[in-house]
Amino acid sequence: MIYLDLFIGFLEVGFFSFGGAYAAIPFIKDVVTAHNWLDEEMLTYMIAISESTPGPIMVNMATYVGSEKGGLIGAAIATAAVVLPAFFIILLIMVAMNKFLKNRYVKAALSGLKPCIMGIILVTGVLMILKNCGLLFNGRADILTIVLTCSIAFIYFGSRLVMKKGMNPIMLICLSAFVGIVVYAF
Amino acid sequence: MPILLDLFLTFAKIGMFTFGGGYAMISLIENTCVENKKWITHDEMMTLTVIAESTPGPIAINCATYVGYKKGKIPGAIASTLGMVLPSFIIIYLISRFLNHFLEITWVANAFKGIKIAVGILIVDAAVKMLKKMKKKPMQIAMVCLSAASMMIISLYKLNISSMVLMLAAAFIGIIVFVINNMMEGERAKK
Repeated sequence: MIYLDLFIGFLEVGFFSFGGAYAAIPFIKDVVTAHNWLDEEMLTYMIAISESTPGPIMVNMATYVGSEKGGLIGAAIATAAVVLPAFFIILLIMVAMNKFLKNRYVKAALSGLKPCIMGIILVTGVLMILKNCGLLFNGRADILTIVLTCSIAFIYFGSRLVMKKGMNPIMLICLSAFVGIVVYAF
Repeated sequence: MPILLDLFLTFAKIGMFTFGGGYAMISLIENTCVENKKWITHDEMMTLTVIAESTPGPIAINCATYVGYKKGKIPGAIASTLGMVLPSFIIIYLISRFLNHFLEITWVANAFKGIKIAVGILIVDAAVKMLKKMKKKPMQIAMVCLSAASMMIISLYKLNISSMVLMLAAAFIGIIVFVINNMMEGERAKK
């Protein structure tokens, strides 16, 4: 029964994937290949689609696989399955939250966790920019992308000096999509 | 606007413009929920990031559920989570049904190349904002450097170590430092 398979498969993904989609991709690959849902080529294509369309990557993957295997209903079932664990776990934490967060040991653990996450996020961002510019893993330096990255960063951060609130992230996304369409066309 | 509709539309907007996973979204949520709507404080956003990272599931869903529950209990949580999911659900469904060669369309590929640049900048921006607002005690600073260095090594050498391991270590160190501080204060109190 494909609907049940999809539901259980993506419930598993939602339950055991920690640390965001990039960490979860190998796990999702395993689940998808174990069920024989997509072949290798389709799998790679599906991951590329999920990364380049808006929305949480894991949700995109679930919707895509669900839709390929079970149409609209399959898509809805797989998507619900991947979302439900996170939804209920957060609800559970929220209900227990006040007591939980006031615990001295939880506070102590958080005081270590917060700076740790800042380090992880900072490095993730910096490496992503370097890799995108072809400066990592023996890539060829992509001069055009380096120039674009510097100019867009300059405009984004510079706008805060000129305007009161500066550009917001949505404006940044739209600007860079537009710049991509225009500049990479040549 | 009724709060449920507001939650739904706000998170639908965030869902529409989130590319490249949860970290890039932190900038969007910070901008919308902290700075504009003032639904949560910066400190809550930080705690929320930690919780989202250390619980399973898409980070975006964790965040939407958290903010939704805080503003509108269970109906709020449902409204914001649905809002987060719906745009990408519709887009992916249409692509998988009707567009077989979506990524081969030239302008789509080029737009995405541009968006990738923005995603990197947004992630760095999120980290810098957090660092600016962090209490700069020696332990905090050491922790940032330590985790950044470990993350750098893990990614550059493609080691098979999840960031969860780093986070567990960080939580552990936090507790150890707290216990040692307590013991030292106890000693001082005795004298």
